[in-house]
Amino acid sequence: MVELRVNGGSYRLSAEVGRTLAETLREDLGFTGTKVACGEGHCGACTVQLDGVPSLSCITLVHTVAGREVTTIEGLRDHPLVDSFVRADALQCGFCTPGQIVSAAALVEANPEPSRDQLRHAMSGNLCRCGAYPKIEEAILTWRD
Amino acid sequence: MARLIRTEKEVEGNYTEQWIVVDEDALDQWPAGALQTVGQPAARIDGLQRARGQAVYTADIQLPGMLHAAVLRSPHARARLTRLDLTRTRAAPGVREVIGPGDSHVLSDEPGYHGAPVAAVAADTFRAAGAALALADVDWELSAPLLDPDLAIAQGSCVSDARIAERGDIERGLSEADAVVEAEYTTQTVLHNSLEPHQAVCAWEGDTLTVYISTQFIWGVRDSVAEQLGLPPDKVRVVCEYMGGGFGSKNGPGEYTYIAAELARRTGRPVRCALTRREENLATGNRNATVQRLAAGARSDGTLTALRGEFVNAIGFKGWSPSTGGPMELLYACDNVRVVEHGAKLNTPPNAAFRAPGFVEGTFGLECLIDELAAKLELDPLEFRMRNYAHSDLVDGRPFSSKNLLECYRRAEPHWARREEVRARSAGPWKHGMGLASQVWYGGGGPPSYAWIRIGADARAQVVTAMQDIGTGSRTAMAQIAAEELGLPLERVEVSLGDSARGPFASISAGSSTIPSMGPAVRAAAADAKRQLIEIAAQRYHLEERVLSLRNGHIVSADGGSWPIEEITGLLDEGQILGKGARGPNPTGMRTLTFGVQLAEVAVDVETGEVRVDRIVAIHDVGRVINPLGASSQVEGGIIQGIGHTLSEERLLDPHTGVVLTQTLDAYKLPTIADVPEIVTELVDVPDAHLTNLGSKGLGEPPIIPTSAAIANAIRDATGADVRSLPISREEMLRALRETRERSSRRAEPVEAPAS
Repeated sequence: MVELRVNGGSYRLSAEVGRTLAETLREDLGFTGTKVACGEGHCGACTVQLDGVPSLSCITLVHTVAGREVTTIEGLRDHPLVDSFVRADALQCGFCTPGQIVSAAALVEANPEPSRDQLRHAMSGNLCRCGAYPKIEEAILTWRD
Repeated sequence: MARLIRTEKEVEGNYTEQWIVVDEDALDQWPAGALQTVGQPAARIDGLQRARGQAVYTADIQLPGMLHAAVLRSPHARARLTRLDLTRTRAAPGVREVIGPGDSHVLSDEPGYHGAPVAAVAADTFRAAGAALALADVDWELSAPLLDPDLAIAQGSCVSDARIAERGDIERGLSEADAVVEAEYTTQTVLHNSLEPHQAVCAWEGDTLTVYISTQFIWGVRDSVAEQLGLPPDKVRVVCEYMGGGFGSKNGPGEYTYIAAELARRTGRPVRCALTRREENLATGNRNATVQRLAAGARSDGTLTALRGEFVNAIGFKGWSPSTGGPMELLYACDNVRVVEHGAKLNTPPNAAFRAPGFVEGTFGLECLIDELAAKLELDPLEFRMRNYAHSDLVDGRPFSSKNLLECYRRAEPHWARREEVRARSAGPWKHGMGLASQVWYGGGGPPSYAWIRIGADARAQVVTAMQDIGTGSRTAMAQIAAEELGLPLERVEVSLGDSARGPFASISAGSSTIPSMGPAVRAAAADAKRQLIEIAAQRYHLEERVLSLRNGHIVSADGGSWPIEEITGLLDEGQILGKGARGPNPTGMRTLTFGVQLAEVAVDVETGEVRVDRIVAIHDVGRVINPLGASSQVEGGIIQGIGHTLSEERLLDPHTGVVLTQTLDAYKLPTIADVPEIVTELVDVPDAHLTNLGSKGLGEPPIIPTSAAIANAIRDATGADVRSLPISREEMLRALRETRERSSRRAEPVEAPAS
């Protein structure tokens, strides 16, 4: 049995040893906004926040997060970054976008006015194969507009 | 009346003739320039769903009772199974079905590349399926793999006959030249790595197979699967509502669909077959490597007299040989051209179309060669290109339906004028320079493609067509086109797509063809609905149809009358206005192409070989632009993929075994947000007066085509080094710098020893 806090809700479920947080979120709890693109911690698509810190849910074992607050894209649906991403056209296929927004939300929480360099440093773990990067940058720089 | 006519169609440079039916009068094109909705920047109409994680991709489909497949793949590049015992696999926990060679046409006991599928398991979970596969008892007999493309051609190991294209007399052209440059260029194997892995969920309902799949061509998957399984096409339903990138690698059903369909048939349960990232890097196609042996000659006044290219495409175990020589045939007004293309069959993973296949590679060679020749003649690279401008298609003597490359060059001039200033930034080991390269590609689309429109009592319109939006924003562009024709605000138009059971046939989203193929059909459907609205309004308000039009959600009369469209549609209660439209023919006897030029500013650290791209200016001509915001995103995305192709991406093989070494996104270096330069996009935005009721061409592929040559030419401008091999890693950069130093020191040596 593992007890999880996700987006403010509490969940009790059984999970086999070795099950990842991403698998649990997507397959057991239906939070399919969290995407898995590599499954080995290289691309950032599966990013969620653990107590506000961006973390790779595909290489996080679900049993290690008991008692911590998990925030997925579903918990950030009304964040101003969602609108700024859409407005700036900061997504194309959109498969990496939830992970981008989860990372960006942690960034602007810690540093509401990041410089371009700070932003690039914080976001360089979130790959986008469509190449929406210039507009992701714009979306984060204008998130409060 | 329905008229049967014959027209020419092109996808990725392959031309075919086909019959189409035309049953409405062709619409006049809209006037050039931004209109009410078309030509105005629009945020994606599905942006919120995607950004909030609410969009359901194939990866998110979860069906009751669904099983998960895992695939046993060959660990060897060339081998034969001597024993495959799946007894322990079948007995493993959670396993429901196992198939091997002989059970499906995609499973082989004689794999010809690392990653070829051999057997597959369906189990309760993906993890159980993978664990069961690890229990398979397998023995292999290995053979030496064929990995060298030149050796393959010499041995006659080819995927198709050599393509030879010739005009004029190449030898005469070379002998008439005052300067000739001959050089060998090579490009590497590049992987698509779209973020949603290739996958399908197959579910049988009675005698109908539903295929949920991440695809660029719903109808192509339907027809291929139906043919392979011996089903009537409408017994296969294909669904792809949201799609996580393809870049050419998702044009067909792929082996995973057949594996899922067979396992679903045998188990009676839905089966997902999804590839892991490592499988993505083995077995989903690639941009094949090339060797290009090129020569160009020109007179001292800059007139090109000869272009010659021998291209070896390293295709892999199967696949098709793209037109790497295409740019050499199409870009310049050169009378003497000879192109020979070979497609080498090798024991390497098969290629697949990848964003402008052939032209990306061929433009790197050609546009570097042109710059080297301009340097030899001491001519300005931009002026040299303008001097050899092709005003018509010299391949078969056709006029272009439109060509504004000269306008692109003119717009490039003020950017090009910065190069002295850019070079002057050089300081210490960092050398700065500027380069440019031109682009030519197809992108005219073609029939058949259809769309329906329905308008309800609330005067909201729904476009219905079974196309797919692969992330390029086509859903939004279709809504803009319908909104424009119907005089409706964009927020009153929805687009229903992504399901073969829910709309008419629609084009493939490949070959930069979605907007030029689908857009005219959507406009025709909207015009059909608009005609009906106006006919009804004329009766209701006792006015002549010719004085009525639709604007801003209103029916407007020439004498100043204005009524909300709901007044008319509201009369219908639950009735609907239905419009239908089809893509008309392509212009007869004309060549439809896209054009552009890109300028790159780079900095090179001559001590470490680090190359930094500071700025790219992209100026393209793709006819009318529907959504300038989405278009600029396409351009940026193409350039960023082009930068990866130029500087960092390379699939590496073990040179002896043919085993793929770069299987992860850690090993395979995709560009990150920190690698992106300033990108300036300009689109000429002049409708092609001969092409369809829109005048729009496609934009997906053009932006990636000239990027690598522009960067390489900028590196030469900065350092004097000829970089002729992609990717331009630090090692390659240092090699090219060393070669340049050695060349200039040889030149500096006196020819004869001085007398003592």
